[in-house]
Amino acid sequence: MSSNTQMTEGRTRQCDTTGLPVCLDAQFFIKINAVMAVVFLLLGGIGALLLALTRWPAIKLLDATWFYRILTFHGLNMLIFWILFMEVAILYFVGTTLLKTKLFSKKLAWVGFALMLSGAVMADYIIMAGKADVMMTSYLPLLAHPLFYLGIILFAVGALVAVFNFFGGVWVAWKSRSYGHTMPLVAFGGVIAAVIAVVALLHGAIAMIPTFTFAMGWTLEPDPMWYRMIWWGLGHQTQQVNVVAMVSVWYLMSHLTSGGIVINETVSRGAFLLYVLFINLASAHHLLVDPGVGATWKIWNTSYAMYLAVLASLIHGFTVPAGLEAGMRMKGYTKGIFGWLWNAPWKNPGFSGFFLSLVIFGFIGGITGVTLGTQQINILAHNTLRITGHFHSTVVGGTSLAFMGLTYYVVPLIFQREYSFKWLARIQPYIFALGIVLLSLGMSFAGSTGVARRSWDIDAAGIYGATSHLMLGIVGIGGVLAFIGLLIYVLLTVHAVFFGKKNVGRAIDDWGTPKTIALTEENREAREIHKKGNAPGTMVLVLVLLACFVVYYFANWKALADLWHVR
Amino acid sequence: MSVQSPPSGWFHWPQGHERLWIGLALIWCLIMSVMMPYWHFFGKQNSTGESYAVHPKVFVERTERFVQANTVGEFQGMPLVEPAPGGDAYLLARMWSWYPTLKLRQGETYRIHMSSADIQHGFSLQPMNMNFQVIPGYDHVLTITPTSSGEFTIVCNEFCGLGHHAMIGKIIVE
Repeated sequence: MSSNTQMTEGRTRQCDTTGLPVCLDAQFFIKINAVMAVVFLLLGGIGALLLALTRWPAIKLLDATWFYRILTFHGLNMLIFWILFMEVAILYFVGTTLLKTKLFSKKLAWVGFALMLSGAVMADYIIMAGKADVMMTSYLPLLAHPLFYLGIILFAVGALVAVFNFFGGVWVAWKSRSYGHTMPLVAFGGVIAAVIAVVALLHGAIAMIPTFTFAMGWTLEPDPMWYRMIWWGLGHQTQQVNVVAMVSVWYLMSHLTSGGIVINETVSRGAFLLYVLFINLASAHHLLVDPGVGATWKIWNTSYAMYLAVLASLIHGFTVPAGLEAGMRMKGYTKGIFGWLWNAPWKNPGFSGFFLSLVIFGFIGGITGVTLGTQQINILAHNTLRITGHFHSTVVGGTSLAFMGLTYYVVPLIFQREYSFKWLARIQPYIFALGIVLLSLGMSFAGSTGVARRSWDIDAAGIYGATSHLMLGIVGIGGVLAFIGLLIYVLLTVHAVFFGKKNVGRAIDDWGTPKTIALTEENREAREIHKKGNAPGTMVLVLVLLACFVVYYFANWKALADLWHVR
Repeated sequence: MSVQSPPSGWFHWPQGHERLWIGLALIWCLIMSVMMPYWHFFGKQNSTGESYAVHPKVFVERTERFVQANTVGEFQGMPLVEPAPGGDAYLLARMWSWYPTLKLRQGETYRIHMSSADIQHGFSLQPMNMNFQVIPGYDHVLTITPTSSGEFTIVCNEFCGLGHHAMIGKIIVE
């Protein structure tokens, strides 16, 4: 994009591939936020490699000081900076192109971006200077340099500004109905993610501001238990933002790569609404074996009224693949129960990124998350590597991988540049996914043998045997593989952004989209079964998921029953 | 389509497989919801969060009094302390040790008071793999009944500074 078009207020172009309007101001901010996201992903990724090579007992690369320092750095850069920059880019995209409107305010976009970037740089600097070895959670009374908290506050405020800039655009679009009668589903998901983000970021401000003033010596120390409860209102709810953003990206990528549809708009939208209504006290999941809160509080807030937020994820776990199945069947891929799945574009990195994300999130992340987050079962898992195993399969194997898949379309569509080395891009999601699966399973099994998270060494305790060491070795191997996948993604994307072939004035290169075949009268019924709400292949998949869920869940109750009695 | 405004009249109740799945998923969610209160009343392993406000200095004093009154020997340089069955025991976490070493009897019930003299720690009993949070200012009471005997190790599993990984304690059960 030339500087000339950046100067022009409110200009739009028509996308040469989809025909959708692209606001050029929004495009600029989508670009710079996405670029910063990838920069922080690389920083966090280098940290991840160092950590994996340290927890691998045979290597133990870093000393204890640097292990804890890099662990703090890795957590913040991955979980906060990479993901939130990317989510701001996604919000600016869905809030303009899908709503067929313009960026609400360039000024707000600049303010938000500048705050986020300066906050991130400040926090990273103070960590690397060795003044904030407190982990991402910075549990009081452990205290970091005040600039650590100030950096996070600035970042959170910047993200909040970006979210309100998005809401401004939504409000304008809603008033003028620029998008038509009803808001598109992906944009609706974006709105839901943004609503939860506001709640999460406000918790962040409430936890961080008194901690900052305490670190400055201006106020008394906040209560450590109060801090845990409020901090996790930020820490857990940002993960719910990630879930909602990821599910929206699933719907988007299913459509872009394979022509996936939405079987029932009511069901998909209703499931999004469940997130907003029932996710609010999810910070309880981190306080299940804490003092200060009682059993009634813990149990109520664990299931936040009948697990209806879990129900939302289970519903999307059906509707997303079912929409894909329906779209593929409509194209004529009606053979057998799984003909639609075998013929899906597995060589398209946008598709494989999305579908592997769906599988890893559902089968590993979701099942472990609900089980470990069960009030009593948490006794078996709290602060062990099982927890880390769980969230690396939700937020990395799920959200990050989905965002990677999305990038393979964002760069051609928004940056208007094509990827080179396409064969490498096609295998990248598989390498990354395999690495993360090994990492997550290694962590989960090591945690089952009692290995703690956030620990530089397991040998001082003198109680961990060969299984624990082997599992940590698998964590190391998985970490290295995932880092290779991450590095390929970053290098290919940076190369494409700066040196990729331009595609202005034509449709983007096709990564591989299933073509419509053989629409005959005989397969008409098999093509249109979704009209009756049916998706037999997906039904089989979700029944397998449920069976795994039930077995894992009750196996954990059995393991719990073998412990000493405690109340 | 997910990126376009749906045609008007998009409100439909779920049907077919979709309805079946929503029903199954809802039933499963209800089962999981009921499991927790069920276990609270009928299960033997619960985290009730019983706790009392206590100043860290006061907790250290209580622990010292408990140790002086109940010491029965020494274990690896740490006092070996045997509380009365059914009675109270104190376990102090601080950078970077668990004080003292407790000696318990299998099948007896104890009220173990846990707290920290400095920052947060994690009580992780191995090889049982039972985990509880230890927070300064909070006297966290676990009413615990050992159901097996032997030498058990307490690992700290909340980051507490450079010596974190070497913060090891013991519980002996006879």
